[in-house]
Amino acid sequence: MSERAVSERAVSEQGSEQGMRDTTVVIRNVSPLGGERVDLVLADGKIAAITSPGHSENSGATNDASARSIEIDGSALIALPGLVDLHTHLREPGREDAETVVTGSRAAALGGFTAVHAMANTNPVADTAGVVEQVWRLGREAGLVDVHPVGAVTVGLDGEHLAELGAMADSAARVRVFSDDGKCVHDPVVMRRALEYVKAFDGVIAQHAQEPSLTEDAQMNEGDVSGVLGLRGWPAVAEEAIIARDVLLAEHVSSRLHICHVSTAGSVEIIRWAKSRGINVTAEVTPHHLLLIDESATTYDPVFKVNPPLRTKVDVDALREALADGTIDVVATDHAPHASQDKDCEWGSAAFGMLGLQTALSVVAEAMIETGLMDWAGVADRMSTAPARIGRVFDHGRPIAVGEPANLVLLDPAARTVIHSDDLASKSQNTPYAGLNLPVRVTHTFLRGQPTVLDSVLADMNPKI
Amino acid sequence: MTRHLLSAADLSHDDAVLVLDTAAELAAIADRPIKKLPTLRGRTVVNLFYEDSTRTRISFEAAAKRLSADVINFSAKGSSVSKGESLKDTALTLEAMGADAVVIRHNQSGAPHRLAHANWISGSVINAGDGTHEHPTQALLDAFTIRRHLCGGIGDLNGRSVVIVGDVLHSRVARSNVLLLHTLGAHVTLVAPPTLLPYGVETWPCAVSYDLDASLGKTDVVMMLRVQRERMGASYFPTEREYSRRYGLDERRAAELPEHAIVMHPGPMNRGMEIAASVADGQRSVVVEQVANGVSVRMAVLYLLLGGNEPAIGAIDE
Repeated sequence: MSERAVSERAVSEQGSEQGMRDTTVVIRNVSPLGGERVDLVLADGKIAAITSPGHSENSGATNDASARSIEIDGSALIALPGLVDLHTHLREPGREDAETVVTGSRAAALGGFTAVHAMANTNPVADTAGVVEQVWRLGREAGLVDVHPVGAVTVGLDGEHLAELGAMADSAARVRVFSDDGKCVHDPVVMRRALEYVKAFDGVIAQHAQEPSLTEDAQMNEGDVSGVLGLRGWPAVAEEAIIARDVLLAEHVSSRLHICHVSTAGSVEIIRWAKSRGINVTAEVTPHHLLLIDESATTYDPVFKVNPPLRTKVDVDALREALADGTIDVVATDHAPHASQDKDCEWGSAAFGMLGLQTALSVVAEAMIETGLMDWAGVADRMSTAPARIGRVFDHGRPIAVGEPANLVLLDPAARTVIHSDDLASKSQNTPYAGLNLPVRVTHTFLRGQPTVLDSVLADMNPKI
Repeated sequence: MTRHLLSAADLSHDDAVLVLDTAAELAAIADRPIKKLPTLRGRTVVNLFYEDSTRTRISFEAAAKRLSADVINFSAKGSSVSKGESLKDTALTLEAMGADAVVIRHNQSGAPHRLAHANWISGSVINAGDGTHEHPTQALLDAFTIRRHLCGGIGDLNGRSVVIVGDVLHSRVARSNVLLLHTLGAHVTLVAPPTLLPYGVETWPCAVSYDLDASLGKTDVVMMLRVQRERMGASYFPTEREYSRRYGLDERRAAELPEHAIVMHPGPMNRGMEIAASVADGQRSVVVEQVANGVSVRMAVLYLLLGGNEPAIGAIDE
């Protein structure tokens, strides 16, 4: 671990441990889920009171530090349950030059998240209780979001031998989501066994659906654009064929299946069909697949290189519709930080992936709210309630009600921001949205009643505290 | 003209005709005892070749030298690249040395685009073939050759028909030719087994056929593409013999061509595979002339991208 990482950790530990455990927060005149305005009081990690505007006592507190009490004017703000990401790459251990649990947690908090699932394709791979506990512990030390490690399905992501799924489930990290993400569990027998095995502890297999032999050296969506650009295509059928197989497997063994980053209109149709048959399948879509299309590759700028690849407008429209009607259950970021040398290069040499945590809510608002396809209650479901349920994270994604854990995000729906990669908290800069003017600003995030973000600044860096 | 030549699509109709006209002027000096012009004196042209190439590299080198440019040849083998240097760092090195133009051949589609647009260098970038994307100067020399034989060496290629046969999927020559020949008014037909046509080819400005015999009777030009034997292993076609029977230009097929039609091949040829040796060496073949025209066309491109507004041969010392 670098010295810098150590010092970053020390700072944030102070923030969380030394604590503001007993901070009382009063949010005045805020609109939960875009509904009727109320005052919210957060105390002892819970939502202590909800009253009509102006009727909440603030126990005489002022805004000075010693009193550990905060009052927020929420009259321009909407409150949602803290966002939950089912699909984040925090890169630690192994690629701390691209991201650490601390820097990724900062990006998450600033994006309005209170819980993230850290993918298993680290180095070493998170395929043992030891590694998942390490990631879990790093998340606790960072203290900005709850970091739930995802366990690998197979040892070293080799696709052949089941990892000790039970040990990871029983560990302190309490793993419930298992995925070889980055690679597909392509062997049907291994997939079948994994689906069956995790039933013993209510786990779920999150499949990265990509038939490997159809996508060898694939660089972008196979379509009209790839043909012109001379880049090796990644056909939609390579995703759809695996999804079709896996929903049938899940039906056969009565297991729970989750599909990562659905990217094609055909995949949506298969999932819709599977759900209509009562198959226990859930699915996620990334913000970038809701907004960007394969035409971006005409620049050959690898910031647009991602797996699964950006698809066509027809796919984007189908994904938006599926998210709105619930065929796709959740938005998951697939936040994938990469060091600059892995992106500032030729397309074919570049790594797959793009940043997502800090821009997710804005992109979803652009794709779903501004278009009138969804309301804020819908966003709360797709970005908090549903992912928490799928990941079995029981104290997140809860209703905004008295007695519930005070995991909340406040956002200004009227604000717009031009995205600059330098402004993002991630250690990496590979955002595809640079220069775009996107709606919504996250102003505050609360984890168990404690502010992690205040006035769009990390709370441990905010002079008010 | 644009500052870079990355794709044949960068050239408007008038740009393309200007390149061909300039190349025709410059070709005239090839017959003079002293073949050199002072046009690019003091300018530096770097040949940055990440792939083995004989004719294209030599052609660019000859073109730059005939215009009196200083030429630096950089090939990936035995260089810093073989030690793992990135394209970016190589580009920064060339920039520091003051390259006015970089001629790049790269095995990755889009590498010239990155070189031109990633703010690594300030000079002009000329695509000398990138992956399975484009090879615009090959298309220009093909257009020049067609114009010379079938259009009296002037104007565009209006109404001429060109059949391009073979591995279109992996061919940068085919992509550039479809774009450029279309821009110049020719009718292009691509002929290949369906496995060797790219997804979405029906959106290209050309016709597509799986039947070579049906495509030969009325064409003015047949251009054969190299088919790499490795493709057989990846199930693009069953055997070399079957490919050759269905898509090779043998004597029987060559005899079906109209009297005036010419046979082209960008090289290197697989004699006996996509083209019979007797056809490659036959009366209709302009394969060797394509190579000679390559120098004139590349001189024209270098001159037009770097030379400014002076007439190409205006400053000639006589």
